[in-house]
Amino acid sequence: MAKFIIGRVLETIPVLLIIVTMTFFLVRLAPGGPFDAERNVTEETRRQLNEQYNLNAPLWRQYTDYLGHLIHGDLGPSFKNSSRTVNEVIGAGFPVSLELGLYALCVALTIGLAAGISAALRPNTVRDYAPMTFAMAGICIPNFVLGPLLVLVFALWLEWLPVSGWDRPSEKILPAITLGATYAAYIARLSRGGMLEILSQDFIRTARAKGLSEARVVLRHALRGGLQPVVSFLGPAAAGLLSGSFVVETIFQIPGLGRYFVQGAFNRDYTLIMGTVLFYATLILIFNMAVDVAQACLDPRQRRA
Amino acid sequence: MALLEVDDLRTYFHTREGVVRAVEGVSFSVEKGETLGIVGESGSGKSVANYSLLGLVPCPPGRIESGTARFGGIDLLRCSAEERRAVRGRRISMVFQDPMTALNPYMTIGEQVMEPLLVHEGSTRGQARERAAATMDSVGIPDASKRLSDYPHQYSGGMRQRVMIAMALITKPEILIADEPTTALDVTVQAQILALIKKRQQDLGMAVILVTHDFGIVAGVCDRVLVMYAGRIVESAATRELFRNPRHPYTKALMASMPSAHAKGEELYTIPGMPPDLARPMTGCPFAPRCEHAVDMCRRGATALVEIAPGRASACLRVQAGEL
Ligand SMILES: Nc1ncnc2c1ncn2[C@@H]1O[C@H](COP(=O)(O)OP(=O)(O)O)[C@@H](O)[C@H]1O
Ligand SMILES: [Mg+2]
Repeated sequence: MAKFIIGRVLETIPVLLIIVTMTFFLVRLAPGGPFDAERNVTEETRRQLNEQYNLNAPLWRQYTDYLGHLIHGDLGPSFKNSSRTVNEVIGAGFPVSLELGLYALCVALTIGLAAGISAALRPNTVRDYAPMTFAMAGICIPNFVLGPLLVLVFALWLEWLPVSGWDRPSEKILPAITLGATYAAYIARLSRGGMLEILSQDFIRTARAKGLSEARVVLRHALRGGLQPVVSFLGPAAAGLLSGSFVVETIFQIPGLGRYFVQGAFNRDYTLIMGTVLFYATLILIFNMAVDVAQACLDPRQRRA
Repeated sequence: MALLEVDDLRTYFHTREGVVRAVEGVSFSVEKGETLGIVGESGSGKSVANYSLLGLVPCPPGRIESGTARFGGIDLLRCSAEERRAVRGRRISMVFQDPMTALNPYMTIGEQVMEPLLVHEGSTRGQARERAAATMDSVGIPDASKRLSDYPHQYSGGMRQRVMIAMALITKPEILIADEPTTALDVTVQAQILALIKKRQQDLGMAVILVTHDFGIVAGVCDRVLVMYAGRIVESAATRELFRNPRHPYTKALMASMPSAHAKGEELYTIPGMPPDLARPMTGCPFAPRCEHAVDMCRRGATALVEIAPGRASACLRVQAGEL
């Protein structure tokens, strides 16, 4: 198992290198530079700014310098916020996104698994169709519609919850639901499909023939295999949830990482874009790795290799 | 009083294509300690009949339409889920056709073999582990106690079937239902598995219902045989009687199409035509369209299994009339 994990960690290094290289050159290919939008800047100041941020050097030089800093974990200064480094921006935004993401993940798992598994146990009945129709709706409604809708009903109309903010616990409910809803819907569909597939297997018949209770058949014999699709989905899902959603953070005025990322893109803040992309990529890789390990734990047939 | 007495069992599948009458009025009994063979082409309802007894028919689309199955004072077809659970895997166990898919790939062999003891006898894990190893040893799995923590994919097909048998026998059941236990295995392994079932049967004094489509297996192992066709029993007899003097035309045809009935190089006999579509209503004898002896009466009249000699029954109208 340790060998398996080390192997997977080593595999991520070339992937990250490719991502760094591609984003580095892609952001510089986009028209416009970081200081183009500044008003009242003389040619002289612009040249000085470029000098300060190492933008006058040849491109390959900028690239190797960036890599050099990167090895030490330094993502460089933010071009737009000269007082803050990219590390600081991420350090400030990520904990907020992480918290929001964790709540959303809890919402998604609780609702998704409950709906999906109970649907699979009574296929093609009301207890299947009702939650699955709901799930389909959850997938179809984008969160920039769902968020305002929830605010309208629960904050403005019923006045049960605050409209926005990120201090009191009550302010965290609507954003968590908004962000988690789509994922809950996917998890419901995946767990239903996975459980139905497993419950139709021969070994479930064997389990029943052994005289086990239905609860034991489901919990001990079906769940491990039935939840595999959900576990695979959790890798990218968790990375997406935890790294913040620009839309939800904007709707509810939450100071998370997603907002910085989009600001960075609008402002041609090269280092901020690169930093967040890299951070996000690393998260995805870590979660995918965790998923592979979890899969290997769930399914003994995957443990070789 | 027989150990198990099945009367007029009917199991239908209500599908979109119509009602599939998979088991259509089957009656038989199993005596203590005997081996009953159930033979028939694939699709003749052998599995469904046995699944019905243990409540393993998927419902929907399956439904048990009628019948009783008396076993130890209860009717297996009408008892509560709890009563049924107390029987299956404990007093009646089942071994399935395909050992590659019948074991749970996510659980260790040990967990699976121990489970009936944990559930039915309230054994501690330690006791269960010990007995699992002993039972696996008794079915010829080498190094059983070391292999408890292995997973099914680490076992060969033959070894997995031995595991299935160990799992079925660990509670010392009164009846073992073996549904084509050797069909998915290599020929050399087949004989070993059959010998094993026979031996454990003698040790434990249990009855065995051996389902197969291969008359060759029946000859060596079974005391009595039921021949099934289109969801019905068409002939029943003691094995020796049946082989010496098969009466029903279907039994004769099935024996003639058995590979071992042919000298090398001789062309294999195959029964002409196809088994009937069970979703279509049938009149007359279900085998009549393929039967070379069929006369008008066979296509019109209803058939029933009738005793034609002591311990011997046939559903063939012409046999009953003494014409064949
Ligand atoms: N789940 C099911 N749905 C519909 N028909 C079924 C189902 N299971 C079995 N059958 C039908 O029941 C009949 C008997 O099947 P089975 O008992 O498996 O035959 P055997 O074991 O003799 O080969 C077949 O015609 C089969 O198509
Ligand atoms: Mg079968």
